[in-house]
Order: sequence, then C-alpha cells, then structure tokens
Amino acid sequence: MELELRGITKRFPGVLANDDVSLTARSGKVLALIGENGAGKSTLMNILSGIYRPDAGEIIIDGKQQHFADPGDAIKAGIGMVHQHFMLVPVFTVAENVVLGVEPTFAGNILNRKKANKEVEEISKKYGLAVDPKALIEDLPVGLQQRVEIIKVLLRGAKILVFDEPTAVLTPQEVTEFFGIVHELKSRGATIIFITHKLKEALAIADDITVLRGGKVVGNADPKTTTQEELASLMVGRDIDLTVKKSLANPGEVVLDMAGVSVMDDYGRPILDSIDMQVRSGEIVGVAGIQGNGQTELVEVITGLIPLASGAIRLKGQDMAGSSPRDIHKDGVAHVPEDRNHMGMIGSFTLAENLVLDSYYEKPFSKGIRMQRQAIDEAARVLVKDYDVRPPHIENTGGALSGGNAQKMIVAREFSRDVPLVLCAQPTRGIDVGSIEYIHEQIVKKRDEGVAILVVSTELDEIFALADRIVVMFDGRIVAELNTADTSPTEVGLYMAGQAA
Amino acid sequence: MSNQGSDYQELPVESYTSGESKSKVLNKNKIRRARIIGVILLILAGVVMFVLAPAAEGNATFGLSFPDDRFQLDALSVPSTGSLYILALVLGFLGGTQFLKGFQSKSTIILGISFALFVVAVMIWATAGQEFSLISMLVSTIARCTPIALGALSGILCERAGVVNIGIEGMLLGGAFTGVVMGSLVGGWVGLISATIVGGMLALLLAFLAINFRVDQIIIGVVINILVLGLTSFLTAQVLVKRPEWNDAPIFPAIKIPILGDIPILGPMFFDQTILVYGMFGLVVFTTYMLFRSRWGLRTRSVGENPKAADSLGISVAKTRYLAVIYGGMVGGFAGAWFTLGTVGRFDEGMTGGRGFIGLAAMIFGAWNPIGAFGAALIFGFSDSLQQKLALINTPIPTEFLSMTPYLVTIIVVAGLVGRARPPAADGQPFEKQ
Ligand SMILES: Nc1ncnc2c1ncn2[C@@H]1O[C@H](COP(=O)(O)OP(=O)(O)O)[C@@H](O)[C@H]1O
Ligand SMILES: [Mg+2]
Repeated sequence: MELELRGITKRFPGVLANDDVSLTARSGKVLALIGENGAGKSTLMNILSGIYRPDAGEIIIDGKQQHFADPGDAIKAGIGMVHQHFMLVPVFTVAENVVLGVEPTFAGNILNRKKANKEVEEISKKYGLAVDPKALIEDLPVGLQQRVEIIKVLLRGAKILVFDEPTAVLTPQEVTEFFGIVHELKSRGATIIFITHKLKEALAIADDITVLRGGKVVGNADPKTTTQEELASLMVGRDIDLTVKKSLANPGEVVLDMAGVSVMDDYGRPILDSIDMQVRSGEIVGVAGIQGNGQTELVEVITGLIPLASGAIRLKGQDMAGSSPRDIHKDGVAHVPEDRNHMGMIGSFTLAENLVLDSYYEKPFSKGIRMQRQAIDEAARVLVKDYDVRPPHIENTGGALSGGNAQKMIVAREFSRDVPLVLCAQPTRGIDVGSIEYIHEQIVKKRDEGVAILVVSTELDEIFALADRIVVMFDGRIVAELNTADTSPTEVGLYMAGQAA
Repeated sequence: MSNQGSDYQELPVESYTSGESKSKVLNKNKIRRARIIGVILLILAGVVMFVLAPAAEGNATFGLSFPDDRFQLDALSVPSTGSLYILALVLGFLGGTQFLKGFQSKSTIILGISFALFVVAVMIWATAGQEFSLISMLVSTIARCTPIALGALSGILCERAGVVNIGIEGMLLGGAFTGVVMGSLVGGWVGLISATIVGGMLALLLAFLAINFRVDQIIIGVVINILVLGLTSFLTAQVLVKRPEWNDAPIFPAIKIPILGDIPILGPMFFDQTILVYGMFGLVVFTTYMLFRSRWGLRTRSVGENPKAADSLGISVAKTRYLAVIYGGMVGGFAGAWFTLGTVGRFDEGMTGGRGFIGLAAMIFGAWNPIGAFGAALIFGFSDSLQQKLALINTPIPTEFLSMTPYLVTIIVVAGLVGRARPPAADGQPFEKQ
C-alpha cells in the first residue's frame, strides 16, 4: 500500500511539533525518516497511527483520504506502529499482549488462550520471529520484546509498518537481526517507515530518505547517491564534524578504585556483583552495556546514593564507605546524572538556582541562613556564558530549556568545580547534535586537564568516540575490559549481549 | 552459634566464578532473614513458656457444635498448663531450628504456622478454667470477614484498572445507611439493591473526578469518606432519631443449605449464613474468574498496567476505567449493607469503624488478587471475632485492649509483610489523550 501525508501540522502547548509535513512512502519499499531528537518524528507517526489528532493535514492511503478518530481506525486501515517506547504490558504474557484488543473468545467474553497462543505461533513461523507465546514480557530481553511488538502489528494485518527508533535499544547483533526481519517484511510486500537518527542505518536499509528538522521536511535524499555528511548537515542545518578530536590519553595516578563492590536490590538480589574497576587521572573510561545491566547502580553507588552491600570504593586512596552523597560530591565527584530532568535539575527553579544546587550552602552563596542572591546571579551569568547555555537568561526556569541546553547547564555546574573525578551518565541522550558535539569537547577538555572520567553510555558510537578504555557490563558484572584501540564495536556488542565468555 | 553459610545453600552453585559470588551474596541476606525470624519465634516461645503457662489453671474447654446442630461434636477440653508447655516447646523447636539451620523457602510458612500456634496458646490461656464456644467464633469469623473481603474486592476492581480508591470506607458507610433506610421503608431486598446503587454512585463521582478532571485520587477518596461520614451522621441525628421506624430494617436471615449445612464445623461456617455472605463468596469467585479469564478482565488489567499500550490498540481507557470503578463501588455499597441488613438492622454513626481501610490492607496483603484478599480478610475477620468473643468470657485481658486487636493486626500486617507485593503499574495515574 502506498501512503501519503499532506500538510500535517500539530501544535503542542508552546511547540510546533509538525509544521506542514508532507511525505510519501512507496509500496514495498523502506522509507527512512531521519531527524534529530525533537524534530517531530514520533509526533508525526503518532498522528499516522491515530494516537494524536493533527491540527491540519491529510492522510492518504492508496489514493483514499483517511480519518482516524482513534488508534483502532488506523489499525483497521492497515497501519501498524512499533513505538519507540514499547507499548507492552510487562506482567502479561506474549500472547496476551499480542491479542489485546482483538482477543479470541468463547461465549462472547471468555478468553481462548489456546487460540491466542496458536495465532502467535503461526505468525512467528510465517515471518521467522521465534518467541514463546507463554513467556512473560518482563522476563524477555528488549530484542524479543520488539519482536512481540512486530507480531502485534502483523496479527492485526498491518500493511504499512512504522518503526520508531527501533535500533536505539538493540545490540549491534540484534540490529543485524532486525534488518533481516525488515527485509523479510519488505519481500512480502509491506510498506515500511523506519525512523532513526542514526545515519549509517538509514543508508544501510532505506530505499528513500526524508529528513525532518524542527518539525519541517527539509529535504529528501536517495540513499544510493547521498553520504552521511550530506545527511547530517541536512539534519542539523549546518556542516558538522562527526568525529571527536582527541589526542592520546596520558593516564596518571589511580583516582577511583573499586574493589569487590556489590549492591543489592530490595529483594536481596545482587544488581552489582563484585565490581573491580579503576579509573586513572587523565583518562576516559567508557562503560558500555545495554540499559539495565547495572550501569545506573554503578554510578549511584560511587556517588553514595545507594548503599554498598560489600566491597570498597576509594577516591584517591581514601575510603568512601559511609560518606554522605554531599561529602562525596564535595570531596571530588562531579556527577552528570542519566535522568536529566529528575536528578540533574529542578525544572521549576531558575537557571541561577539550578547552577548552585550543589553549593548554595557554601560561601559566597550563603551567609548564615541567608542566600546571597547577587553572588549567585553573578556566578550563574559567567557559567551560562562559558558553557554556551541558550537562551542565556538566568532568571528563566530550567524546565524551559531544550534538552541540549539543560544538559549544558548541568555540565556547567558539574564541570566548573575543581574535582578529581567526573561521572557522566548518558551525557548526550536525547539531545541535539550541536550540543552533543559541545559536550563531547568539554569531556575531552576535562580529561586533558588531568581529571579522571567515567562515561556511561548505551550508545556504542559515543563510547568509541570518547573512551580510552572500555569496560562492558552485563547482568551486574564487568564482563570485559578492553583498550578502545584494540577492539571493535562488534566485539563489544558480543560482550554486551553476554554472549562472549 | 557460629554455624555459617553451607547450611543455607539451596541454590545450585554454578561452576563459573561469578555465579558463585552471586549465590554467596544471596545467601548472606537469606541468613539474616532466617535469623530474624528465628529470634521472633524464640521470643514467642518464651512468652508462652514463662508468661502464659504459669498463669493458666484448669482445663480450657472449646465448644465445637451449637446445641441444635444435627450432628453433635463433643466439646474439646484440654489441660491448659500442660498444653501450653507443649506449645512452648514446639514453638521453641521451630524457632531454634529456624535460627540454626533455617527452613529456607519454607520460612514464611513456618512463620505463619508459628503465629497460629501462638494464637492458639493465647486462646487456651484466656479460656483456662472456662468454656469458650469455638464454633460460634468461627462462624462469626466468616461473617466479619465479609465486609472486609468485599471492601478489598472493591479496591481491587478500581486499582486493577488504575484508579486508587481510598473511599471504600465511605462507600461502606453510604451502603449501610441507605440499606437501613430503604430496608425499613420498603424491605430488605430493596435496601440491599439501593445500598449497591449508592455505592455505584459514589464510585461514579470518583470516576468522574479522577478520569475526566484528573483530580488527585487520594483527595477524592478522602473527600468521599468525609462527605459520607458527615452526611450520614447529620441525617442520623436529624432524621433517624426523630423517626426510629426508619432505622429499623429487617435482618436477612441465615439460610441453611440442605445436607452441606449439617457437616460439623464447616456446615455452620460456610453453609448456614446470610445471602450477604453467600454474595461475598459468589462475588469473589466470579470477579477472580472474570479478571483473569475474560476479555473484560484482560482489558481492565491492561489499562491499570499500561494505559498507553491499551489506547494504542484501540481500547478506550476512560470507558474501561469507568466500568471497573463503578463495579467496584457497587461491591462496596453491597458490603455496606452487611453492617445493617446483615447484622443488627439499625444504623449507628460511623458504624463501619474503619473496615474499609482494613479492606485496603487486605487488598495489598492479598497482592491485588481477590482470592488472596479474601485470605487476608479471613485473618482480619478472625482477629475481629476473637476479640469480641474473648470479651464475652471473663478473660484476664482488658476489653479495651481486646478491641484494638483487629487494628493491631492490620498494622503488623501492613508494616511487616506488605511492601513486597507489586501494585498495578499505572495505579493512580491519570491518562491523557492528545
Ligand atoms: N505530548 C507532548 N506534549 C508537549 N510537547 C510534546 C509532546 N510530545 C512531543 N512534544 C514536543 O514536540 C517536539 C517533537 O517531539 P518528538 O515528535 O518526540 O520528536 P522526535 O521523535 O523526532 O525526537 C519536541 O519539542 C517535544 O518536546
Ligand atoms: Mg521520537
């Protein structure tokens, strides 16, 4: 089926997420929809799948105009969407998730589980998407959960399949597998829209490419003739350099020393299991791993936010056990947290207030019980300028900043202190390319000043761009320690999947 | 006492090193938990041994049949001191074994059994030298668990769909009041049906404010509780006092089921009760079946777990939530009728006495599952009826303390055992369509 969108416009309070967007997805072809975070890709696809209603514009399938009042209508029209954030019920089985909304029943309302399981198995077999229909979603790895999403849309007879950033959560091996699935679907005549901000992937699999920027279509490209650089500048609106420039590391003394560190969850199960790791001054250690393999806890235990079950953490030889998070922060751990909006800042506070969140109680920002507004504002003005936070109005609230600028503000606060260790968790998740470039530069600069740096990222590209050494986490353990120069994304990917021993 | 590690090793230790370290950490936590449970049991044993046993004298006699039952069982008479010492030894043995070796995965069951033994010990001690009608206590356990189980069911229905309902207490009270007035004016059945409808209407208010206006659900619940308490108290003082004939409803009689009702002990407990109790059993079974086996149940649970997912599949989140909440409210109103039409036939201010909140505790203890909640409600019903019956015979415990029992049990359960159960993921979260 051929899909055409004409003049789609969607406004959210304060944001024009889609501005007169028109595009065409050809029957039996893969259209890659690329654009930076916040370009409006997900919004556009949510409109296509009936979740949002557009303020203006038309959806045309095989020449016929469509009106979607709710997602059910879009499903009936043959549109199937695999969402960026999976739409699955974790405590339901695979089959229950798949049939939800189109349940086979006896006597009008009693579930026919056998038939549901069989329906899943049939599609599994037909498209080569093996998965156990009786397994609980929460027990499945992300790659399999994605399969369940695909089975879900196929069961509903979808002819136009939309994948919203499907590769963001996958290991490199799973990405290859996923591309195999896409080829299979395409060969069966499905029309596919593949959303991504990874240009390499778009070039690898697309037949057509449409680029979105700031809610508008800024161009179309032919993957056979275009290049990554060309697409990148189209996407960002200026020429950009995709590599991080850095010299060889010059590691010095050990700053962070973790020995046998274990952490338990509420049920007494280990989330971190005997972690041994060192970070030296003047080097960047990258922690690779799929989301949820203990990286969050690794950062939280170093910063004292969660208690240690066993083992020792030493900072410049000094044992940190029992120190409060404030002491640890003060004694020399700068922390750019992974959850920017909840841990990194307070959205309703001004930039000036956010910039002293970690030091408001010290001179010159406080005297006795009184805060010194002037000193705070002065310091904030300098930081906002030095770290290129835009717009530079320190009286604006943090919540009003775009993702990239909010992150620059946090980096400003954390990097401006003179500390021996910097922790950056997902430092560039969900932010624009310009800010990514800037933050990467700052991290490398910090390293060259002789600071020890730990970067946690689920993006392998980021790890390889920044890290001098790579440790890979799987299931709460460190399964590999590698020199960036001696390894490859494929090797690291295998460790991330827990496959290499 | 320096026994370490190896006795607790129930997990197969995998051959690779990391597997070993993992189970070692696991064991350390298990050991600590096992030790704590062991100490608790030893303390219970000590109490029975040194406090209860020396104070008990004579035989404790427990009646097992009503005088007019078809098959009479002899009353159970035990020498109090002797049996208390035996119970103390059993508790001591369980506690000691638990402390030294651990019952591993059975620890929780052992803990439950030990608490039960301790309760038996308290009963023997309190009854020493007297006669206590065990059967009437068991029958009233079932009756008293009824409003709690139904209250829990009401909460489960709402929360499984993602709407927090702490207004159960108000729904019970509203049902009790409506039941008595309509029951007095028209008749028991009309009273029961009206109570159910009023519960549904209060739930409609909850649904409307929570779903359409996204008002904080805790606040709505509190408002419902205060509103109903105030309104019923006002109407009692202003109207019922002046017209006592409006506060004098017929009570539903116990209906004995032929044959089954003659089974000793179980017969009077389960097959010789009012329609409210039978209704409770029916609703618990029916709702469990529907929640976990029907399309309605699957969709209801899906909007309580991940409303976005349900919406993306064309399921109306608002409609599904409305339905579940109103059903829950009707169950709450039905439960309220128990207080008046099922027991005394008259209404007193605030007569539900926090049973709606105990129902909430039962819901959590039962892990949002109707059958589990019914089990929890049995424990609360038991403690409720135990305190009431013990107050009737001449026990050494002051009645003020006795009447605290159900609430104490609630606190212990909520504080100690709860917290591991997982509520529906979207419980209390409003859903907004763009
Ligand atoms: N539900 C929403 N409410 C308000 N603003 C939104 C909402 N969803 C997205 N936006 C805004 O719309 C813009 C486009 O977002 P999105 O479509 O998610 O981008 P993309 O998927 O390309 O990263 C962003 O500025 C985002 O903040
Ligand atoms: Mg998106």
